[in-house]
Amino acid sequence: MGRTLAEKVWEQHVVRRAEGEPDLLYIDLHLVHEVTSPQAFDGLRMAGRSVRRPDLTIATEDHNVPTVLGPITDPVSKTQVETLRKNCAEFGVRLHPMGDAGQGVVHIIGPQFGLTQPGMTIVCGDSHTSTHGAFGGIAFGIGTSEVEHVLATQTLPAYRPKTMAIEVSGELPPGVTAKDLILAIIAKIGTGGGQGYIVEYRGEAIRKLSMEGRMTICNMSIEAGARAGMIAPDETTFAYLKGRPHAPTGADWDTAVEYWKSLTTDEDAVFDTVVEIDASALTPFVTWGTNPGQGAPLGSAVPAPEDTDDPAAARRALEYMALSPGTPLREIQVDTVFVGSCTNGRLEDLRAAAEVLRGRRVVTRTLIVPGSMLVKLQAEQEGLHEVFKAAGAEWREAGCSMCLGMNPDTLAPGERSASTSNRNFEGRQGKGGRTHLVSPAVAAATAVTGKLTAPADLA
Amino acid sequence: MEAFTTHTGRAVPLRRSNVDTDQIIPAVWLKQVSRTGFEKGLFSAWREDPEFILNQPAYQGASILVSGPDFGTGSSREHAVWALQQYGFRVVIAARFGDIFRNNATKMGLLPVVLPAETVEALQAAAEADPALEVTVDLGERQVRWGAESAGFEIDDYTRWRLLEGLDDIGLTLRNADDIASYENGRQSWLPTTV
Repeated sequence: MGRTLAEKVWEQHVVRRAEGEPDLLYIDLHLVHEVTSPQAFDGLRMAGRSVRRPDLTIATEDHNVPTVLGPITDPVSKTQVETLRKNCAEFGVRLHPMGDAGQGVVHIIGPQFGLTQPGMTIVCGDSHTSTHGAFGGIAFGIGTSEVEHVLATQTLPAYRPKTMAIEVSGELPPGVTAKDLILAIIAKIGTGGGQGYIVEYRGEAIRKLSMEGRMTICNMSIEAGARAGMIAPDETTFAYLKGRPHAPTGADWDTAVEYWKSLTTDEDAVFDTVVEIDASALTPFVTWGTNPGQGAPLGSAVPAPEDTDDPAAARRALEYMALSPGTPLREIQVDTVFVGSCTNGRLEDLRAAAEVLRGRRVVTRTLIVPGSMLVKLQAEQEGLHEVFKAAGAEWREAGCSMCLGMNPDTLAPGERSASTSNRNFEGRQGKGGRTHLVSPAVAAATAVTGKLTAPADLA
Repeated sequence: MEAFTTHTGRAVPLRRSNVDTDQIIPAVWLKQVSRTGFEKGLFSAWREDPEFILNQPAYQGASILVSGPDFGTGSSREHAVWALQQYGFRVVIAARFGDIFRNNATKMGLLPVVLPAETVEALQAAAEADPALEVTVDLGERQVRWGAESAGFEIDDYTRWRLLEGLDDIGLTLRNADDIASYENGRQSWLPTTV
């Protein structure tokens, strides 16, 4: 019987397999940031252990960093960032600190450097590590104990998850983006739908997505409960990688591409579960509740709790969000718009927002935060920053920013945002803050009207 | 890791689904570089409500959290496990768990127990009817017992053994250092390095 992409990549990385034990899996790339690593480095020190493969490890500062120029003023954040610097120096790990041209959100810089390649196993102490699966590898988030384990051994013991195919037929209509698609998928299968699975996104609509769009899709796999999501590599993938600093060159490039082309699910392979979705039927999609599965088409209304799968959760969510059933989603007013994060902080996302904002003015506080210093540079070379500034939006430095309420960019209690990030959990963007997840295009249009809006709604 | 064999304690019913790790411990608490002191951050937003179940005197000192489905979804933060343990929990019972949370819990000796939704609800109702109810979670027998009731749960043999013995994963893996070295010798030379 044929094998799925996930099975092929997994088998390629089994260091040891023994009856009654999880597989010992080799890890090709370990991404590190300041929040989930200090206790892991401490653990190494206490046990007298070293980092086995500093040459397969890379670190950046992202979660705590302010997105305005200047030093970190919060002493606790400062200590955490300084701890990362000390640990990287002591254990010989490459670090891209604040202000460095290579700094950025951990899931933006891996692909940008060409370190994220097809067929690899990639981990990071961050659940959005699933992003890297867009290149056709197995990439998943881990906790700090596992971070320490990978630092010490470059391996992880793990049971192979089941496999799920999400078949996306048809083509996304104009104005409908990868973000709308993944929000619709999560609403369909639920926040627990992917638990225990590696998801492979397949089908015509997926093949037509850019690498940026594919990363947005895989990024939010975890919001459907799946630790990893992946997309088979193809010419789009190879074209993205070619010429990047860590991509293979010369004869190695040809060898690598030949291998990468074998990384597809065999025609006779069988998935444990198959989900089908028609892309051509989709419209811009937004969330109304407090988990990413509580979403609906922008053209619809806030649902009645009893019409949802989990009425108790929906009632609680509507109370927290201060929304009433039946209110058209387009009538929801927001205070703040955030464009950025590992979900939508890449150049293509900024272009989409700029396209909407060109020649228009924002009526809300609007933060545009590039995912990395390189994205910032590229955006400025294209003049996107001038578009944002002319529209009255704030053009910021690279970082996780308002995605997670850990740096100065937060919502105040009761404030409401349209955000291109990945989580609308209670208090995620700041205690008492209310979040609607949207695409970059919807975020930009919303900034113009002050209400949840699609670009097509603008005159 | 602290070994887990059997534990008897009182249970707190948390009748909420999708208790994500941002609720278990909000991000603002993750800035610490130590492994201790996270109990203050446990459910810190919800605990501001005097009616919240953990604030009710009857449930003080309880050590088994019985939650609605999809407990521990979202962020990979292991701080969620540390916060639960440091607050005094030894066991979390739910019908479904976020994969990363569940994994993190078993690395730390916090036992995640999966029971069918109707069994979880029966246990929640029992703990609501009698907050002093003693519940026993027996990992050796893979069984939860309360009053005259009992329910079996599944956990793979390897994880169960590791928890019963309180074994450290890194130590176990390093016994196979030769396998790792030999795998490394066979890796493709064109694979990227960060140097």
